Amino acid sequence: MTRRIPTLLLTVFAATLFGSAPVIAQDAKSKPAAPSAAAPAAAPATTAPATDVNRFNRLLKPANQRNLPPMQDGIHDPGSEGTAALMPPLSAFETLPRSNAGNRVNWVKALEDRAINPRWDRVDTNAVPIVMDLNIVREVKGSMPDVVYPHKQHTEWLDCSNCHPAIFVPQKGANQISMAAILLGQKCGVCHGKVAFPVSECRLCHSKKKDGPVARTGQ
Amino acid sequence: MKQVPWVTRVRRGLTALLFAVVAITLWTPSDSRAEYGDIVINNYADAAGMRPAIFPHWFHRIRFRCKVCHADLGFQFKAGGNEITMLKIIDGQFCGACHNGEVAWSVENCDLCHSGKPNTPTQVHESTIQKLAVPVGQGGSKK
Repeated sequence: MTRRIPTLLLTVFAATLFGSAPVIAQDAKSKPAAPSAAAPAAAPATTAPATDVNRFNRLLKPANQRNLPPMQDGIHDPGSEGTAALMPPLSAFETLPRSNAGNRVNWVKALEDRAINPRWDRVDTNAVPIVMDLNIVREVKGSMPDVVYPHKQHTEWLDCSNCHPAIFVPQKGANQISMAAILLGQKCGVCHGKVAFPVSECRLCHSKKKDGPVARTGQ
Repeated sequence: MKQVPWVTRVRRGLTALLFAVVAITLWTPSDSRAEYGDIVINNYADAAGMRPAIFPHWFHRIRFRCKVCHADLGFQFKAGGNEITMLKIIDGQFCGACHNGEVAWSVENCDLCHSGKPNTPTQVHESTIQKLAVPVGQGGSKK
């Protein structure tokens, strides 16, 4: 009798795995779960973490829930015929270099490494961007390192007219930029925080150590 | 002495079960959210009885640099700020510059763009501004 227990447990294990297979495959058409005894056992395990208000990191999205296919992403209508035809982002991202924020793709590196080769012109595949290699250093007031703005990486993607003069006046000292403005989607925040890396990646911009003595506190 | 292998088996079985429970817990998508940079455009769609249109930035930026749409085609950097209509698209403006059956598939494929959940407001999905904490009671209105 006792000999059978491990075998039974293994069966349950296999059945639970089978029951969760549609989830792994990210198949939105939720099939009825495996009709074995494993189903009721698995149910509490699956619902408990989602509904637990006191669960650890309640507001942080776990890694396995990022870049879900359109059927599960929360904005596409799973009932629409078109949704099923759309490409899941993860399948496109697999070969691209990773980053720690946004959609977890390092787009600048992807372009540098030629992992992607997006067109510069709508139809002309041979058109190349006019890249300008000029760094703008912005001294910041607080203790954070100064900001280095590289024109090079930006002009690989964008035209001058995209930013100048509407978003940034092309003149030294003419632009008031604050983190609050960026957070609210102005200045750098027009792109950064929407389609380019967000403000959580502080040191990608704040990257130049201050020359002079930095103001100290507590002395 | 004979009992030992059974005990080991039971332990293995229990470990496997524990593993299964943990694995299922981790694999379960609870509150699903889209990836960064999808634009939901619902200027006129709901009123016209269509699903809102969703523009996937990630798909397009693999194929085109920002400049192509945002400088050459005149798309403003603002979700819902371009007043795109199907008439303009059919006339070759905005999406219609490519979605004309030549550069990309044409406008007959309504559901490929109009695939949003009805009543989804115009937004840049998963943008920083959506993640800013909203005071309780304001219903989490997001733009």
